[in-house]
Amino acid sequence: MGEKVLMKGNEALAEAAIQAGCRHYFGYPITPQTEIAAYMSKRMPKVGGCFLQAESEVAAINMVLGASSAGVRAMTSSSSPGISLKSEGVSYIAGSDLPALIINVQRGGPGLGGIQPSQSDYWQATKALGHGDFQLFVLAPSTIQEMVDFVSLGYEVGEKYRIPTMILSDGMLGQMMEPVEFPEAKETAQAEKTWATNGHKNKRKKNIINSLYIEPQVLEDLVKERFERYEKIKATEQRAEEYLVDDADIVVVAFGASARVSRNAVNMAREAGIKAGLIRPITLWPFPENTIKKAVSHTKDFLCVEMNMGQMVDDVRLCVEGKSEVSFFGRTGGMIPTPEEVFNEIKKLSEKEAK
Amino acid sequence: MAVVFDKPKALTDVPFHYCPGCTHGIVHRLVAEVIDELGIAGDTVGVASVGCSVFSYNYFDCDMVQAPHGRAPAVATGLKRSLPDNVIFTYQGDGDLAAIGMAETVHAATRGENITVIFINNAIYGMTGGQMAPTSLPGQVTQTTPYGRDTSVAGHPIRVCELLSTLSGTALAQRVTVDSVKNVNIAKKAIKKAFENQINKRGYSIVEVLSTCPTNWGLSPEEALKWLQNNMIPYYPLGVYKDVTAEKEA
Ligand code: SF4
Repeated sequence: MGEKVLMKGNEALAEAAIQAGCRHYFGYPITPQTEIAAYMSKRMPKVGGCFLQAESEVAAINMVLGASSAGVRAMTSSSSPGISLKSEGVSYIAGSDLPALIINVQRGGPGLGGIQPSQSDYWQATKALGHGDFQLFVLAPSTIQEMVDFVSLGYEVGEKYRIPTMILSDGMLGQMMEPVEFPEAKETAQAEKTWATNGHKNKRKKNIINSLYIEPQVLEDLVKERFERYEKIKATEQRAEEYLVDDADIVVVAFGASARVSRNAVNMAREAGIKAGLIRPITLWPFPENTIKKAVSHTKDFLCVEMNMGQMVDDVRLCVEGKSEVSFFGRTGGMIPTPEEVFNEIKKLSEKEAK
Repeated sequence: MAVVFDKPKALTDVPFHYCPGCTHGIVHRLVAEVIDELGIAGDTVGVASVGCSVFSYNYFDCDMVQAPHGRAPAVATGLKRSLPDNVIFTYQGDGDLAAIGMAETVHAATRGENITVIFINNAIYGMTGGQMAPTSLPGQVTQTTPYGRDTSVAGHPIRVCELLSTLSGTALAQRVTVDSVKNVNIAKKAIKKAFENQINKRGYSIVEVLSTCPTNWGLSPEEALKWLQNNMIPYYPLGVYKDVTAEKEA
């Protein structure tokens, strides 16, 4: 491993993408992700890559569609309102079975919302980033190191299953600095992309990258085949971190920035003699059902902590199936919950259980 | 026996779905002939757009990508930036290029994106059944302008070649049509130049082809050609609006 360097989340992620072999970045300025574009514009010319500032988010995601079709590792990044604009292209990318890396450094919404950190695009990322039956592989980093590590993971899983990947970050992770280590530079062996439209050279049949299927039966078969791949991803790619969960009565479920806050709250609870733990979903899709289900037997209360009005809590409820209580605590609009606030919620649950 | 008529190699055996008398077929053939003559089928990637020509990905015998509506220039940009030595072309209709995709079109052109654009202007939305296009003529009756295009309500048609010719990144902007043998020959030359420009890294080249849509114009193929000659050509004069190779020669 290399040595640790102190970096801003957005810049660390951008550097990780370059080290993972991404040479094509297409983006559009929007706060709080602009450092990614700025970093790429500085670095790409130095590594013989392409940085292109598109005329719109819509164009940027379609440039990614074109580059991914060509078989290269491409990427775009934006923040919430910009991601909405990209949703058309994301649907086409998914419908064309293309891998692609899309970064959302979330801010408050809806509409123009605010520019402070938020997690209110959870539903969008995991349920409906565009029209049609499809999923993205969604990773939620909670440290700057994970902002780095999830880039190559995102490419690898996306290419293996031919689905787009989203790294769902937020303004807090994007802007803060932490020491990070970049993995030893290795020639990442990319799977051969026999499907790429890079010219048939008169040596193979033409390739077509397409999402249009007029015959309903053909379209249904294709969508079903895609969902079989999704089942494989669900079976093999679920990831979550468990912290003090084994003996916990109260389990906080939180991802990304709110998991950082929740970890402190869990520590405060333990000091106060409350058996609290934390499950931190790392893959938001596939949702780490197995980890939640495993904890149900000993958990009296699940507490979802999110920087939104309660979105992931739906998925937790689906896993818990009414066998334990599930409650929610959140701040939204760019407000960040404090460890004290979360600790208070844990305390209330513990007092309720004691009654 | 001498072969007097043969299908270009760069066309597949898939039968066209185009209506009888539709000029899409002629333009496809010209593009394929040019690809054959330049010997570039193995290096070419085409971008199909949304509209009547969406199935062009089945017809051209080169790698093809089907783009979202209006986004063909952006998709082509992503392809070209990744495959600078390949030949990338888009095949777009008027709704795709000049309405929903105008931003992508103008910016690809102004960037001097080194791609080739074949633009079919038939003054109507074909695939969805004949609605007003950005290029529908004043007074033209369509499904969504049943009393004729009233420019005080629906605005004026866009002259694409004139508009794009003002941009520094445009290498070629030429308007042609395919209503006669003479004009078909001019169209083919223009298409060839648009591909050669890309090979010579000259930038964005667009050939606008005034085309017919007998089905949605409600005319026979012959009447449609007459309507094109009498109505479209006067509004959209044929000719070269920009040609950097000519400027160099001059
Ligand atoms: S609808 Fe018009 S443009 Fe479309 S194939 Fe038929 S004639 Fe051609």
